[in-house]
This record gives sequence, C-alpha cells and structure tokens, in this order.
Amino acid sequence: MSSAPPTALATPADSPQLETLRGPKPMSSLREAVHFALGNRKLVFGVSVTSAMLLFAIFGPLLARHAPLTYEGGLGLAPTTHDGYWFGTTLQGQDVFSQFVTGLRLAFIVGALGGGIAAGIGMLVGFTAGYRGGVVDEVLNMLTNVVLVIPTFALLLVIAAYLRVRGIMTESVFIGFTSWPWAARALRAQTFSLVSRDFVDLARLSGRSSWKIIFREIAPNMSSYLFMMFILLFGGAILIAATLDFIGLGPSNTISLGMMMQLSVQNAALQLHLWWWFLPPGLAIMAIVGSLYVMNVGLDEVFNPKLREM
Amino acid sequence: MLRLEHVSKTYRVGSFGRSKLAAVRDISFDVQPGEVVSLIGESGSGKSTIGRMVLRLLTPTSGSIICDDAEISRLRRTDLKEYYRHVQGVFQDPFSSYNPIFKADRIFGMVHAEFFPRVGADEWNERVRDALESVALNPGDVLRKYPHQLSGGQLQRLLVARALLLEIRYFVADEIISMLDASTRIDVLNLLADLKSRGLGILFITHDLSLGNYISDTTIILRHGSIVEMGETEKVFGDARHPYTQDLLASVPLVHAKWRTNGTGGGAAAVAAAANGAPPGTAAPELVLVEDGHLVAAG
Amino acid sequence: MSLHVEDLRVYYRTLAGDVKALDGVSFDVADGEIMGLAGESGCGKSTLGKALIRLDGRMRYVGGRVVLDGEELPIWDDGAMNDFRFRHVSIVPQYAMSALNPTRKIGRMIHELLRTRGANRNGAQEELERRLELVGLGPDVLGLYPIELSGGMKQRVVMVISTLLDPSLLIADEITSALDVSTQKAVAQTLVEFRDRGFVKSTIVITHDIAVLVQVADTILVMYAGKLAEKAPAEEIVSSPRHPYTRLLVSSLPEVGVRYAEKKLYGIPGRPPSLLDPPTGCRFRDRCPLATDRCLQEPPWVEQDGRGIACWEAAAVAPEILPVLVETR
Repeated sequence: MSSAPPTALATPADSPQLETLRGPKPMSSLREAVHFALGNRKLVFGVSVTSAMLLFAIFGPLLARHAPLTYEGGLGLAPTTHDGYWFGTTLQGQDVFSQFVTGLRLAFIVGALGGGIAAGIGMLVGFTAGYRGGVVDEVLNMLTNVVLVIPTFALLLVIAAYLRVRGIMTESVFIGFTSWPWAARALRAQTFSLVSRDFVDLARLSGRSSWKIIFREIAPNMSSYLFMMFILLFGGAILIAATLDFIGLGPSNTISLGMMMQLSVQNAALQLHLWWWFLPPGLAIMAIVGSLYVMNVGLDEVFNPKLREM
Repeated sequence: MLRLEHVSKTYRVGSFGRSKLAAVRDISFDVQPGEVVSLIGESGSGKSTIGRMVLRLLTPTSGSIICDDAEISRLRRTDLKEYYRHVQGVFQDPFSSYNPIFKADRIFGMVHAEFFPRVGADEWNERVRDALESVALNPGDVLRKYPHQLSGGQLQRLLVARALLLEIRYFVADEIISMLDASTRIDVLNLLADLKSRGLGILFITHDLSLGNYISDTTIILRHGSIVEMGETEKVFGDARHPYTQDLLASVPLVHAKWRTNGTGGGAAAVAAAANGAPPGTAAPELVLVEDGHLVAAG
Repeated sequence: MSLHVEDLRVYYRTLAGDVKALDGVSFDVADGEIMGLAGESGCGKSTLGKALIRLDGRMRYVGGRVVLDGEELPIWDDGAMNDFRFRHVSIVPQYAMSALNPTRKIGRMIHELLRTRGANRNGAQEELERRLELVGLGPDVLGLYPIELSGGMKQRVVMVISTLLDPSLLIADEITSALDVSTQKAVAQTLVEFRDRGFVKSTIVITHDIAVLVQVADTILVMYAGKLAEKAPAEEIVSSPRHPYTRLLVSSLPEVGVRYAEKKLYGIPGRPPSLLDPPTGCRFRDRCPLATDRCLQEPPWVEQDGRGIACWEAAAVAPEILPVLVETR
C-alpha cells in the first residue's frame, strides 16, 4: 500500500507546520508559544516589573545599612543619601528603606507559600471532584462551598486572639487554607471537560490508575491554566496579606509592607507629610499585584490562539 | 466466548436522583472467537453503553458479563488490568482518543510501561513495528508524530495496532469509522475483517446498516435499550421480521436504488411521524425464535 | 439560469499562508434543480456553500463571479451581502440544530429573526404555521425550548425558518449528517418537498454521503481538493462514473446487500494534498491509478450534454478493471 506521496510541501525551517481543514486546531508548538510570548506587550511588561521587584527583594536587604526595626536614625527624616537613609526614616527613627526591602521579601514569601498551599489544596479537591464525579463530587462541593463562605476576618481575629506570636508562616498557611475554593471550582470544571475525552478512557484501558491519569494525562493538558491560576493565587495571597497586615492582623515579630502602611496611618504620616513612609509600600504592592494580573492576561493571549490579534 | 447475560444499565436522573433512566435493559448475547457481531441501533439505543460495559468503563446495574468462563462485570484494579490483556476497544473520534499535547506513539509507551515492564526497549520496538505492519501502516510515516499531523484513518489504525500488542481475544469497535472519510473507511473495515480471520471476536457497534451488513456474521438490532431482532446477518437483513427493522431498512439511502415511498401515504410528515416512536415501557420484550438463527422481539 | 458560478476562488488566511480551499469552480444550477455537492473532508464543498452567502469571516474572496437570477451577488462584501441573505440566498449551516439559542422559545426566536429582516409579522405567522404543519410539526412547537425537541425536529424547524421568505437559492450544508437514519429520510424528503411546492427555486445540498444525494438530488457535483472533478445526473454518477476519483469513491461504498465475503470493497490509498501548497497539475494525480505524464498539466473542465469532467484520462478504462489497478500499484 503506497504511503503519502512526496509532494514538496515547502515548509520553511522556522515556521510551524499548520494543517487547517484537517482535524481540530493544532497545539501551539513551544517555539510558536515563545514567539508569541516575546511579542506580547502585556506579558513582557508584567514579567519585567515582577522580576525587577523580585531582584529588589532578593538583593535589597543586602544593601540596607540598618536593621529594619531599630530606632537609630533621626526622627521623621526625608529621604537623603546621608548614611544610607535613601527612603528616609519613620517617625520613630527606623530606616524606611530597610523596612521596605524586608517587607518586599516577605511579600514574595507569603505569595509563594500562601499561593502554593492554596494551589495545592485547590488541585487536590478540584481534580478529585472532577475526575470522580458522583457522591465524591457532591461532598467536595459542599466542603468547597463551606470554606468559601467562612468569614475569613472573623476567623483570623479568633485565631489571633489565641496565638500569642504570629509569624509569616502562620499568615501564609492561613491564607493558603482559606483562598483555595475558587481554584478548586475552576479546576473541577476543567477536569470535567477533559475527563469525557476518549484519551482518558484509553488510559484506563491501558491499566493506568486514577491518580496517574490525573497527573499524567489531565493536568498536562491544563498546564497553561494551572500556571495562570498559580499566578493569580500568588498575587491574591500578597494582596490578602497586605490587607490583613493593614488592619493589624499581620505577623507580630517582623515588618511587612502592609504593616508599614498601617503604622504610617496610625502615626498620622498623611497629615505630617511623611510621604516616604506610606508611598513606597503602597506603590510596591500595587506594582507587584498589578503586574502579575497584567502578566496573566498576556499569558492568556499567548496560550489561547483565539484571543490573539491576527 | 464473550457472553452477556441479562445485562441492564439504569441511571438515576433528576434532582436527588429521583427518577430512573434505563439505558440498557435485559440484554443477552454472545460473541464467539472469529465472529463479528454487529450491534446496530440509532442514537439512544444503548449500543455505546453496552460497548462501554464490555470494556468495563461502566459497571452494569444488573446481569453479568462473562469472558471465557470468568465473570468480569465486578472486577477491580489488578484483576481488571488482567482483563484488559484480553479485551480492548477503539472509539469513534480518533482525535479525541489521543492526548493532543503528546506524540501519537505514546500510546504504545503506555502499554509497554503497564503491561510489559520487563520487555527491553529494543524488543518492544520490534513488536511495535510488527504490529504497525500488520495494520498496513508504515512505521516511518506514523512514529514520532503528533496526532494532528496524522489522518483519522492512520490514528484509528494505530489504535488497532496498540490493541494487537496485547494478546487480545475480543475487540470492541465503537463506531470506529463514522468519523472517517468514505475512501478510508472501507480499508479500516477490511482490517477488522482481517482481525476476525485471525481468530478475534469482534463486537462492531454502529448506526450504519450497510457497514453492519458488509462485515458481520451476526446482527443485533437495538432499540431503546433492548434487542428487537437478532440473528445471522443474511436472515436479519434479508428477511427482517420486526417492523422497526423493516423501517430502518426502508430508510437507509441506497446508492443504486431510490427510496420506496412510504406505504402510509407518503410525504415527509408521515415519515416523520413514523420515526418518532412511542416511548417504551420499563420491561424488555421477549425474544421469540422465528427460524433457525433468527430471533425477533414479540410485540 | 437561476444560479451561475464562474471561476470562484476563495482562500483561507492562516499564519502559514493561504489555504486554497476553493480554487476555480464553475457551474450552473437551474430553476427547480436540486444539485448535490459531494466530496470528502477538505474538498472545498463547505467553503463553496459558505462563500455563496459569505458566512465565514476567515474567508478571503480572491476571484470569480456569482450571478443569481441575473443579479451579481457581492460575495466579497459582507455588508452588501446582508440584503441578499435570507431573502434571496439562504443557508442551513452545519450543526444548525445545535446552534439554536437554548434560552429562547422557538416562536420568539423566529419572531426576532423576522423583525430584524423587516418581514411583515402577521402574514408570516400564518405561513410559518402552515409550513411547520407540512413538515409534521404542530404549532405548539413554537412554544417549546430547543432542548425539548429531538434532533430531527430541530433540523426541520431550522429548514422551515431558512425558507420562510422563499429564497431563490437554498444551501443545505450537511443537514442529514448528525441524524439517525429514519429522521435522515424525513429531512431529506422535506428538502424535495420544499422544492416541489415552490418554497425555494434552486437548492444546493452539501454532504459527504453520496447515497443521500442519489435519493434527493437531480445532479451531483463531485469535488476534490478545491476543484471540481465530475458532474452528472444523480443516477449516472453512481451507475457510470467517469472520473477515476468518482469511480474509486463509488466502488468503496458499502451497501445493504453487499457482504465482505462475497465482494471485498477497496478504498483509495493516500491522502488528499495539502491545500497550502497544492501540487501543480491534476490534484488527484498522486493517488490516481490512471495518472500519466499528461496529468502534470491541469486538466480543463469540460462540460457536454449535462455531464462535466476534469480529467485527461477519463473514459479510457472500463470501470470493472479499476479495483484491480489499485491492488497492483
């Protein structure tokens, strides 16, 4: 039986071979995805800003000349190059720059940890509910809904009352355990749509166990979705942490961006025109979270060919 | 022999699962090695459900499925995996059967890892090449390609090759050629006939009567989850007794003959009325032997 | 002449270049004629159907003319085509029955549609009910949601809607594909009935199922890789096909009464060429058992006595010999 004839299909070396009119839309090859990624302004912007902040967070504390919580400097000094008080001092004489970079580092840690925990639980619940369906799905749905409607602030207040010392770990864990529901819901829906595809049945006919199927067949198909979801959880965790810190429920043994804002408001920095105290942390939070969201929108366009402008 | 005895499948539907939907009721038939049995029915007839129950992707609500003297309808885990060494299937949509982000020949890798972990890579590749050749595929054309780079016909053949890597005795073909082009359909169908001559028992599920007629030894006509007529293919097609079978045969568009106009007065309206059958009761009708090798449902 | 198509070329834009889905097609459909357009996936039949009414935004009109009832259709202009759609040219698109708005009752949907088209509501209502009854649906269908109707019923509703304003040309794109065989017959016969009662003048039926075309069409046009292969009256296409592709295609169709043990059927080896960069000359030459060097040059479309063909070697070999030619290749 003759195979397909060698008609010269002139496909240039650097353009992906697309076969329209035959079968469903082809998957973006990695090269094509990278090409679009680099050309997408939102993605480039988002990644640049986030990376810049990350570098600042990593290397900043090494540059700081003073410890963040010591009352060394002059009171309420404006930013100056003298003695490394580049961001000035607080009303109590603490180095704002040092506090800022410490807070920045903590923001990323909370984001990674809190977002990571939320993603982990969301995946566990979402995949199981979507794959199994039936009674398991109903039970997990109920659980998701319960956690969703728990008033997190009230819960945190109760916890805060019982724990004498709250560290960054506690905060991250708390955020992780209360922000997973929407991720679980989204993943459940995606899993549902993939489970009905025949390749899942074929994996079952090959004797694959359920968890293997979830992680080797289904999850890779949603890899872009999972990636974007993690970014959203990351950004969300930072935002939640900043909010909690601002109302005084933050870690009790260190300083964070939200806490800086809280302290500055408590000390009437607005009225005293100590703008260097609250402006850097506020802008930093806005920059990180905003750029993460913009990055996400850009990623969506990269991964989803239908959204791209032709 | 693969035998189904009084197999039924009922689903709970509605809020809180109050009402029941009987997708398959009281089905009994068997598939012998080297025999092609066609399960012919329209949508909603339950034919795919039966195929999935035989492949144990669904569990029957009642009744039993026996494969070579072993009851398989309640198997789990390792026993089920053993069962899959003897029974495999291929589905309708070739592009849905492959994980689109991986290469098509990953399906062979899966079988290697799960069923033949001790077989070395070289020997496995030899076996894969032999299997590909036996389904008339050139290994160079299909290995290391993504599913979207291959045609529907090639993808379906790859799935048959995969099944042949295991020493299967029975094969379930669920509408495997409905989504293929006319020029490639017949070649895949001929492939099934080839499998039959090698001694495999084949359950051929389709809605297309001409395909069933072409390839099968035994034909079973399904309607609303129960069998209305069943027997040797020539007898069922040549001497259809049940009115539903007769209606079906009268509706099939033939290439070399025109439709006979409906005796009930013609016109699209009349045909349409006949097509919407009355909803069935809950019990399956009894099957009556009308001649040797030919059973028809009563009523 | 009801419909006249001349050298129609429509390509699809893609990142890798233009896909030449329809590359120079010419034919006529007379008043009252039902023409079947047959071919396999990728042959361009759906593109042709959609191009006549300009339904797909990805299409790029490249050349050719379409003349309906003496008036040229502006198929390159989406806005200008709006005046013609539904009134003069109407289409029942593929999967139409799945495209009904699930949140609207049928009657309301039709009412909205007619209003956007500026059709008089009261007169249309009576006519609508009359036609629904004709296809075996009572007026109570208007009060139902799409989910309450079966596939065949939805398809018939869509057909009634599409022909409500008595268009000159009706394009039916795979209207029987997703249906059971009994409803398929009902829907196909509805098509004929619409023509017989004068609701539509010319009909183009697009499907991959040649058997259905034999039942309802007057003429059948076979397409391959964006070009026309053969045209003939319906019975003649299957009883005496001339183009090698048509012959191989017809001989690969299983029929009730034909069994493997008695007569083994054969398919056509190979695949259709990619339309991104189609081969020069006849596009079927790589799979054709009759190909010669002459086929490196594109065969012209020749029409005579109601039959048309694009093949250099046609009529050279008797039909019975063909399957054997395939095997020894």
